[in-house]
Parts: sequence; structure tokens; C-alpha cells
Amino acid sequence: MIEEIRKIAKEYPSSKSAVLPALRLAQERYGWLPRAAFEEVGEALDLTPAYCMSIASFYDLFHLEPAGTHMIEVCTNVCCGLVNAQAVLEAFERELGIRVGETTSDTTVTLRAVECLGGCSTPTIVAVDHRYRQSVTPDDVPAIVAELRSG
Amino acid sequence: MAETVVEVAEPPALVLKGYEGKPLVDLDTYRAVGGYAQLERARAMSPHDVTQEIIDSNLRGRGGAFFPTGRKASFIPTPDKVAKPIYITVNADESEPGTFKDREIMLKVPHRLLEGCLIAAHAIQSKHVFIYIRGEYSEEYEVLSKALAEARKAKLLGNVKLTMHRGAGAYICGEETALLESLEGKRGQPRSKPPFPAIQGLYASPTLINNVESITNMPIVLEIGPHEYAQIGAPPDSTGTRLFCLSGNVERPGVYEAPHGITTRHLIYDIGGGVPNGRDLKAVMMGGSSFPVMTPDELDTKLDANSLGQRGLFIGSGVVCVLDDRTCIVQFALRVAQFYMHESCGKCTPCRVGTRWLVQILRAVEDGTATENDLEVLLDVCDRIIGKCLCVLGDSAAMPVASCVTKFRDEFKQHLAQGGCPFGADSSLANLFAPVDQHAHAGAPA
Ligand SMILES: Cc1cc2nc3c(=O)[nH]c(=O)nc-3n(C[C@H](O)[C@H](O)[C@H](O)COP(=O)(O)O)c2cc1C
Ligand code: SF4
Ligand code: FES
Repeated sequence: MIEEIRKIAKEYPSSKSAVLPALRLAQERYGWLPRAAFEEVGEALDLTPAYCMSIASFYDLFHLEPAGTHMIEVCTNVCCGLVNAQAVLEAFERELGIRVGETTSDTTVTLRAVECLGGCSTPTIVAVDHRYRQSVTPDDVPAIVAELRSG
Repeated sequence: MAETVVEVAEPPALVLKGYEGKPLVDLDTYRAVGGYAQLERARAMSPHDVTQEIIDSNLRGRGGAFFPTGRKASFIPTPDKVAKPIYITVNADESEPGTFKDREIMLKVPHRLLEGCLIAAHAIQSKHVFIYIRGEYSEEYEVLSKALAEARKAKLLGNVKLTMHRGAGAYICGEETALLESLEGKRGQPRSKPPFPAIQGLYASPTLINNVESITNMPIVLEIGPHEYAQIGAPPDSTGTRLFCLSGNVERPGVYEAPHGITTRHLIYDIGGGVPNGRDLKAVMMGGSSFPVMTPDELDTKLDANSLGQRGLFIGSGVVCVLDDRTCIVQFALRVAQFYMHESCGKCTPCRVGTRWLVQILRAVEDGTATENDLEVLLDVCDRIIGKCLCVLGDSAAMPVASCVTKFRDEFKQHLAQGGCPFGADSSLANLFAPVDQHAHAGAPA
């Protein structure tokens, strides 16, 4: 990974700029950002692990705690909210047996509420493993969860 | 899974020119509608003349602030005047609630955006363009990367280096100086201005920052000519078209390209098919969640900066989100305030503390535990935020909240008189969860 990060860094006039892509890469490897990830990113970019951690804590896409294998992110900003976002979120809570912000006990799925995903004309937008599903209704929820549980 | 409606609602088609339902994602289809011909033309012109054409068109920023695009480019010093590189950063961080147009540009006409980048690079003699793309946008990143690879292979980049940089989930990084910090590998916290990015931007070098839609207009300005462009829409100040983002309680939501100056009513009722289920329109989130709301008596206002400005409204990023009469306006204001509380970078006190206060007071109003005096406190907090923060995010929290209180004061009072929400669970926004509560909530007993 260190070599890969150094390669990304060459794209920028200053290697520090590569910290976001590097953390993204590390998160893809580990599923979240453990201490070891900050050490590797730091080593690759000549930054301290503490610095890398301070960056990660600022940005919403980075997980500082273990996350589930799959990530379900429901937009609950107003445009989706006006249509059915809360009902969709609650349907996921029921189907998964967890509350928003939690991970299922078998660690397969993490459920999060997120701010506007930029898909407001087809509410509710749900990002499933970072791919947008549009116009999701509560009725669609069981199938989405089943799909994740089976694969 | 419904597709997003992306249409030219009223001619002329500019940003979506040649699109007609079929994405112009590969180089050949884009070339077939005249793609990259303007880049060639621009490169045969002097940089100064290209900038002059953008100035003459009076193209203005589509990212929210509506600043004249050509004038901003003219602030960039020429290479003989500075010993530093000159950069362009394209703002593709699209995160303003209600905004979903830049995404469609990247998905439907990615090459037009790239052509715009290269024209802008020629105009200000930049050799390195960065596209800062919102971290959540995966498909958009892939489509644009593929278009970029094709353009590179076809040797269209010339001596320009173009780097795609993915964000990581932070609304504030759409603010131009926070974006630069983020791109430099730091936390996305705004810088104080001056110095302005045109003089000291990325890596302390002159930097031009423009929104995706602004840049995508550049090939069109050159194609139809700046003077022709300046006639379209609501000249002299609001020229050209907009990709209006229509959403909320409306029959046919979508991205609609139409000239500046169509009325809000026309967009919502004729193009968008009106409010579904026979409901009435209660308010419009106009320009984005960062701005004052529009009320039904203002529906005939034209969608251009001056007509909206006369009413204290903003065109922002082209957002028109319809709230029907089931919506509790206090819940709306609360949810908007919660967004800004979550996204405040914490650098300055009025914003960091003020957004928290707004949320607390609005919560108390919604729960019916507030007093009439709290409404004055609410407006006072807004007043202590507006114009007193390092960046505009603070204002963006306070302006919509203040507008809800002043335009719907009776509804706020009704909450106080009844000791709770008059809509109860019937409001479409009832109990809407906000990410700002996520950490407190997770792990708590059900
Ligand atoms: C909090 C905040 C968020 C912003 N988010 C965006 C954004 O997501 N996209 C964007 O183009 N401009 C955004 N802006 C506006 C930018 O600061 C800047 O004005 C714009 O990118 C300039 O481009 P333009 O002149 O082409 O509009 C935001 C501003 C603020 C204060
Ligand atoms: S206004 Fe808010 S977001 Fe902007 S710099 Fe201050 S604290 Fe940060
Ligand atoms: S409000 Fe849900 S995608 Fe914009």
C-alpha cells in the first residue's frame, strides 16, 4: 500500500495533498481506519499518524470504528424528508433490528443517516455500499437487506 | 429504480445542447455535436481574447454566489507577472441540499465539462487543473474519469495536466477556501480573505475556482458567441440558462434546463406538473437550504438574480424545492439548522455556537416548551451570526431560519399556544432524523 500511496502522491505538487486518497485506499483495505492505517499512510507521505488521524476525524466518509461489511446510508435531508425518508430509515431499522448509527451483531451491515446526497429528485436516496439507489420506498427495504445478507 | 428526469424544459439548450435523452459520454458522440471544436478555436485565440469573450457573455457563477465568471478569470495574474504556477480548481463538491445538477452534467455531458476546463486553462494560461469531486459521487467519478482518459488519449489535453481529486464527505469543502485547504491535504476549514484565491490560492499560487456548471457553459459561450449568449435569459445580469433542480412535493421533479427569467410558478406548475395529491403549496426552498424561503404570494417572481433579489431571495445553485401544506415549517427550520450544526467546521464562534442555539430553540418551539420571548432570541441569534462569521456557512444557517420565523410567525406562535406541534404526526417532516444526532443515538436503548 505504501508504494501505491507514493504513486498517487506524485500526481500532486505537494505529497500532503494525497492524504485523502491515501486514507480512502486504506479504508478500502481495512474496512475502517485502525491505528495501523494511520501509521502506513503517515509513513508513505512523511506525516505523523496523529496528523492523519486528525484529517480522518474531520471527514464524514472515514470510519474511526469498525464498520459492517456493508454500508447502508439513507439521506434524511429535507427534499427526501418531504417525501418518505423517515419511513425508509425506520423500515431499515426494523428490517435490520438495529437503530440508525449501529452495526448488526453479525457485523454484516452498518446503517447510517446522511445529509443530502445530491439526488433529491428521486427520493429517497439510499447509498448501498456507496452506490446510489433512487426512489427507494419502505417496500423496497426487505429486498435490499436480503440482497446484502446473501452476498 | 426511477431515473432522474433531465430535460431541456425551454429552449435554447446550452449546457445540455445535443443531449436529448442520450448521454454524450463518449468522445465520438460528443464530437458529433460539435464537441471540442471550441477548444480548438480558443487555442487559436489569445488568452486575453478568450477571457474577454467570457466577460462579454456576462456568464455568472452557478455555484451559489453568482459572481461574474469572466471578471474572476481576469483577476488571475499572467504568467509573466508571477513566478508561481497558476491553477484551476473545479468545484464539483455539490453538497448544497436540494442541488443535483453538477452530478447530471458529469453523467450526461462530461466532455463538455472537460472542454470547459481546457478552455479556461487556456484563458488564464494554467497548466494544471484539479477537479474536486464530492467523495460520495462514485458513478460520476467513474464516468468523468473515463471521459478524461479518452480525451487524454486523443491528445486533447495538450500541455495541461488534469487531476481528479475525491473529497471525503464534508459540506464545508464546497466553500472555495475550505476546498483549497482540503486539496492541500488539510482539514477543510475556510481561510480568511484577503488574500483571495486569485492571488494566493492553492499552494499559495494564483487559483481560479469555478463551479461545474459555470465551466461547462464556457464552450457554449464561444460556440454561440458572447453577444448572442448575453441576450439569452434575463439580460443584462442573468444571462444564459440554468439547470434548475426541482424537487420536494412536486409531480415531476427533475433537472430542467431553462433560461433565467422564467417564473417560479411556470417551473413548478407547467414544467413540474404542480403539487401532487391536490395539496397546496406552502413554501419553496429557493436557491438551496442556505437562503430565505419563498412564500406562495411570491410565486410569480422570475427566476433571475435581480427579480429574486428585490424580494430578498437568492437563485443560489438553482434549487426549487416545493413544500406542500402538510409541512410543519418549524420542523423544516429545525432540520435545516441541524444540517448546518452538523456541517459547521467549528473555526469561528458565532457559527459553531450559534447553529447549536438555533437547533435548541427550534427544538423547544417544536416541543411547545418555548416562550414567545424565545422567538425574539431566535431572531437575535440569527442577527448575531449574519455577517459575523469567517465564511458564509453561518449566514446560510441563519437566513433560512430567520425567514421562517418572520414569514410564518403565526405558525411558530401556534406551537407555543398549543404547547406542541399543531400538525402532530401528520407533517411530512415529523420526527425526521438528523445525522447530527447519530452519535448520541447509536447504542442508546431502543
Ligand atoms: C458552505 C458553502 C458551501 C459551498 N458549496 C459549494 C458547492 O458544493 N459547489 C460549488 O460550486 N460552490 C459551492 N460554494 C460556493 C463556492 O464557495 C464558490 O463561490 C464557487 O465554487 C465559485 O464558483 P462559481 O463562481 O463558478 O459559482 C459553497 C459556498 C459555501 C459558503
Ligand atoms: S462560518 Fe462556520 S463553517 Fe465557516 S469558518 Fe466559521 S465555523 Fe467554519
Ligand atoms: S435531500 Fe436527499 S438526496 Fe438531496
